[in-house]
Amino acid sequence: MTERTVAGAHTGRVFITGLGAVTPVGDDVATTWAALLAGTSGVGLLTDDKFADLPVRLAAQVITDPAERLDRVEARTLDRGQRLALLAAREAWADAGTPDVDPLRIAVVVGSGIGGAVTLLDQWDVLREHGARRVSPYVVPMLMPNGPAATVALELSARAQVRAPVSACASGADAIALAVDLLRQGLADVVVAGGAEACIHPLPLAGFAQMRALSTRHDDPEAASRPFDAGRDGFVMGEGAGLLVLETEEHARGRGARCYAELAGAGVTADAHHMTAPEPTGAGAAHAMRLALTAAGADVDQVGYVNGHATSTPVGDIAEAQAIRSVLGSRTGDVPVSATKSMTGHLLGAAGAVEAIVTALSVHAGRVHPTRNYDKPDEAIDLDVVPEGERAVAIEVALTNSFGFGGHNVSLAIRSCQ
Amino acid sequence: MTDAELMTGLADIVNEITGIPTADVTPDVRFSDDLDVDSLSMVEIALAAEEKFGVRIPDSELVKLKTPGDAVAFIKKAGIPA
Repeated sequence: MTERTVAGAHTGRVFITGLGAVTPVGDDVATTWAALLAGTSGVGLLTDDKFADLPVRLAAQVITDPAERLDRVEARTLDRGQRLALLAAREAWADAGTPDVDPLRIAVVVGSGIGGAVTLLDQWDVLREHGARRVSPYVVPMLMPNGPAATVALELSARAQVRAPVSACASGADAIALAVDLLRQGLADVVVAGGAEACIHPLPLAGFAQMRALSTRHDDPEAASRPFDAGRDGFVMGEGAGLLVLETEEHARGRGARCYAELAGAGVTADAHHMTAPEPTGAGAAHAMRLALTAAGADVDQVGYVNGHATSTPVGDIAEAQAIRSVLGSRTGDVPVSATKSMTGHLLGAAGAVEAIVTALSVHAGRVHPTRNYDKPDEAIDLDVVPEGERAVAIEVALTNSFGFGGHNVSLAIRSCQ
Repeated sequence: MTDAELMTGLADIVNEITGIPTADVTPDVRFSDDLDVDSLSMVEIALAAEEKFGVRIPDSELVKLKTPGDAVAFIKKAGIPA
């Protein structure tokens, strides 16, 4: 048994040294990033019979069934979201160079908005049709929302901590914020953090549809997710996973790791305004963005890109735009903003993590992806939204926002390693 | 159904659920200690065996089935039509 080694708390920098993702536009980070730069949509029509009677039949599903990418026995006891998390974790860990780390110094923080909803609902069908004796003994570990985190911790033998923040559509970003805290408190040297979600099933779709939160543009699925555009009419449910390997600067430098970007600061606030409606002035969101910059020791003048939460709902995009304008002030017109969800749809609990990856790559490469379907600007938005075609931008500091039902606001500040 | 046929059928179930090669599922290996089959997988194996062989394996009996040989003997006794 290894003795627990306790490093002193440090206030130093946190480096992003590995990336892994499965998204509706790519089975890994490289294909996702290329697809986003090219403006490719992952949204399609749900054609299975079980969706036929729903008012909304649009979704952004991952390209390859994750079960096909895993060993059969390995896949059968994991919920789809756990499978996606496992694939993203393997990619991220390999991308980080498969570091040799004391298990007691590796933590895992993976959030999920809903957890294994599809397992829960499918097994309820089994119970009603075949009785309790036919229910899978794996139903509980497959449906619990900490399942993706636990799956990744088992895979990496991570023994420092395994945590699973649940904060709806902010879960992925919330996990990264918690990971930064763990590293700065000296509780781990390496944290694998992010989010996973796979709940495309008639019930969650019907629920979001009843809230009138979803786009109904069935005649043109690839145009359905259109953040900031004047014609937006709701978001598109997506699924996927995104995981980042985060390390203390000392640890990353000590092993000669590549640095994509620095996870420089996180701002986390709560609206306490309404269960699902955004606070209309965007005050809580703006506060989160300012806290992230403060934590990063960065000034608003250094901000060179904002990756918006930008789900494509009529009111949500306006509240976020207000928040961004209030933070950027006179620099609003000089800072490009883009919306990953215009192509991936809304990955719910995985969204903030995938968008943190995208933002890190934007900082690293000096390129920002377009906002697909941004055809007609909405006067109430009034931001420099990057339309069709990628843009080359040297970025010192970028912000990526995530908000969730329940009033959760998380903003992450990501800075160039240079 | 002969013992050999029951053993083959059981080995297929164990392989389907755990990935353990059918050749390793021999009468005297222990599910837990030798094959590393956990308790949740044992529940699934029992459910699949119930379905395949048309028997009922109560929990009180399941815990006594330490080896594939025990399982075959139980299934036979529980009344597989010859």
